Amino acid sequence: MDLTVKPEYRQFRDEVRAFLADNLTADLREAGRLATSVFHDVERSMAWQKILHKKGWAAPHWPKKFGGTGWDVVQRAIFAEESLQADAPAMIPMGLHMCGPCIIGCGTQEQKDYYLPRILSGEDFWCQGYSEPGAGSDLASLQTFAESDGDHYIVNGTKIWTTYAHYANKIFCLVRTNKNCKPQEGITFLLIDMNTPGITVEPIIGLDLVREQNTVFFDNVRVPKANVVGKENDGWTVAKYLLMFERGGQEYAPALFHGLEKVKEIAAQEFGSFGGRLADDKTFMRKVAEVEIEVTALEFTENRIKAALGSGQSPGALASMTKILGTELSQRITELAIEAVGVYGLPQQVDAIQPGANLPFVGPEYALTAMPRYLNTRATTIYGGSNEVQRGIIAKMVLGL
Amino acid sequence: MNFDLSEEQQMLVDSIGKFLKNDYDFEVRRKLAKSELGFSRDNWKTYAELGWLSVPFSADNGGFGGSTVDLMLMHEQFGKAMVVEPLIPTLILGGRLIELLGSAQQKETLLSAVIQGELQLALASNERIARNNPAIVGTTATAAGSDYVLNGEKIVVLNGAAADKLLVTARTSGAVDAADGISVFLVDANAPGIERTGYATVDGLRAADIRFTHVKVSAANLLGTAGAALEAVETVLDEATLALCAEAVGAMDVMYKTTVEYCKTRKQFGTPIGKFQVLQFRMVDMFIAHEQSKSMIYMAALRALEGRDAARKAISAAKVQIGKSSRKVGQEAIQLHGGMGMTDELNVGYYFKRVTAFDALFGNVDFHLERYTQVA
Ligand SMILES: Cc1cc2nc3c(=O)[nH]c(=O)nc-3n(C[C@H](O)[C@H](O)[C@H](O)COP(=O)(O)OP(=O)(O)OC[C@H]3O[C@@H](n4cnc5c(N)ncnc54)[C@H](O)[C@@H]3O)c2cc1C
Repeated sequence: MDLTVKPEYRQFRDEVRAFLADNLTADLREAGRLATSVFHDVERSMAWQKILHKKGWAAPHWPKKFGGTGWDVVQRAIFAEESLQADAPAMIPMGLHMCGPCIIGCGTQEQKDYYLPRILSGEDFWCQGYSEPGAGSDLASLQTFAESDGDHYIVNGTKIWTTYAHYANKIFCLVRTNKNCKPQEGITFLLIDMNTPGITVEPIIGLDLVREQNTVFFDNVRVPKANVVGKENDGWTVAKYLLMFERGGQEYAPALFHGLEKVKEIAAQEFGSFGGRLADDKTFMRKVAEVEIEVTALEFTENRIKAALGSGQSPGALASMTKILGTELSQRITELAIEAVGVYGLPQQVDAIQPGANLPFVGPEYALTAMPRYLNTRATTIYGGSNEVQRGIIAKMVLGL
Repeated sequence: MNFDLSEEQQMLVDSIGKFLKNDYDFEVRRKLAKSELGFSRDNWKTYAELGWLSVPFSADNGGFGGSTVDLMLMHEQFGKAMVVEPLIPTLILGGRLIELLGSAQQKETLLSAVIQGELQLALASNERIARNNPAIVGTTATAAGSDYVLNGEKIVVLNGAAADKLLVTARTSGAVDAADGISVFLVDANAPGIERTGYATVDGLRAADIRFTHVKVSAANLLGTAGAALEAVETVLDEATLALCAEAVGAMDVMYKTTVEYCKTRKQFGTPIGKFQVLQFRMVDMFIAHEQSKSMIYMAALRALEGRDAARKAISAAKVQIGKSSRKVGQEAIQLHGGMGMTDELNVGYYFKRVTAFDALFGNVDFHLERYTQVA
């Protein structure tokens, strides 16, 4: 057991840092800095993806033969940390982190050949069509029906909460292909082109007054059967494989430490109520320290999981644990940030933080993002399997209750 | 000990409750919050006619002579409907400060206009350097002949954009954080040298940042004695805090009940999600948090009648308890609503944002915890 960092990793960090310094324009950094959701500004995120793709770094977590980097877990973590430090826009996850790995794991050769390069290049923009009005936590009860019609399906139904469907040209869906069996057994994983006739997209406006989610309606939409990933009626297996990536593919601690640094920077600039700066206020700084200690624990929990598994393996039910910790800690950090900015969290200025908006605003720039982040981050314990559902998984799978 | 309402109090509560039920549903509120002004002048007239605008003022000044208990009862109702009309800024922060500091003539002309619904006020006291501590005042008022000249900047002034007149705290002497040397001036909101930047707040209300650049005020518009205004400013901020606490309790009442109703009807896994014990316990905790908070506004409203120190301690205690409870209840309400809680569609999100803003106003939990320990 030791914590020494091999010299080649230091060299790697320097290489990443230099690349980011050379390639991140002010415009791109602004998008990263002002982002208030895990889903960053589409235009800038995609522009950054193109730059990364040219360098071969768009999908560090993919196997090398499909266009990944071949980095080990430590290198991937270094890349993630440096990207955060440099305010790089985050990759939009639906293609690179969800649909891509799924096609890699369960797709046909044709699907791999066709879709993977288009995901890497950003030519295809994917959204995730799982949830329905009646099927949230109980995903297996989904009703969107794909009726067989020769070598096509005719799809009818409604998907909801579909993040960025209004930007997407593709959607990966779970649809029902058999109604006469256990709910999990009649589900198929289906790739659908958003430009197919019969699809309509309606906006859902969030608490933070931003449009991220949508409702997607399918009215007699014809989809080739060749677009099934895995086997017909075996979509639940594919979905579970993907969920592991959605939950376990990411490490939370680096972003959490980054968020805490930002809170400390705010505290150093804000005034205290009883003299000095907020950073001199013991009550506040102790709360920051408490969260930092918990994040440190999570960092080492994540490291232990990583070390035990090596690269490429799925952490299984333990991913539920890091999802619970990572999301709840991120909520506490956004809570510290709204406390730190005080009354300047109140002005409704979400328009001013849209990249390139150039609108006048009141208060310091760092206050602009605090409230929208606090509001938006409430969703992290709801999506990707709610934290109640995750606790249920641990109770069952880990504790055997 | 008796927590029953008097006949008069019951009438007041009923009259507010009836109006809000009939004329102030969520859609109405949402439209008002989005309108240009951010509230309804017609409603304001109605409130004047119903006598609500007179509640905080003494009978001598043409008011109803309401106590902190009346104030609390009234604002709990307002909180349930998230009323957007600027009652706290105009009546308490503005009107009550005039009542405490003003001359007989100022009280007569200004308070009757307030009570009749013809005057909108705002208290411009908070500054960036102050973080809600009214004793920290960087804005200066320099004597120049028989006038004063104001310079400085005030932030997130509630009702600052719609106000006809501003009550401005400014330093006539002393160091930036000295308790002595703070004065209150009454200025026309459109006076030369005043620059107001108005905006909506996250909870659907309105505020403004206000810059004062060489603003001339005649000595006649100094409220009370020069340099001796802090105590009165603190008193109205405390009354406003109490009213705001009562609104937060009203909001919590709606949030926990809405969540319980939602969990009774939302089905997953073939059963209402309210059947899951893990969610039941959390709703029980929301219920308990609301009860505890309600007890705290009763406590604070009653102790506030026992003198300044008792009032300060009790109101800080209430702000701490209700700050913590309302945050918890708000967060749980969103979580238990799932995706629906994250939308701009349901009222629960609006209540959540309202209580989130609540904590930041007039000093947050940490501020009042500190003040609580400082008061004997
Ligand atoms: C911002 C955001 C983005 C999203 N993006 C997408 C997307 O791109 N694509 C997509 O398909 N979906 C997306 N979702 C949907 C998300 O996956 C669902 O919201 C989630 O699965 C919860 O479902 P629900 O909203 O229907 O809540 P419900 O399932 O109705 O849950 C309501 C509450 O009950 C709790 N609960 C439910 N069942 C149990 C149980 N058995 N035990 C204990 N508690 C329980 C939940 O934890 C929650 O607190 C998104 C959601 C949000 C908020």
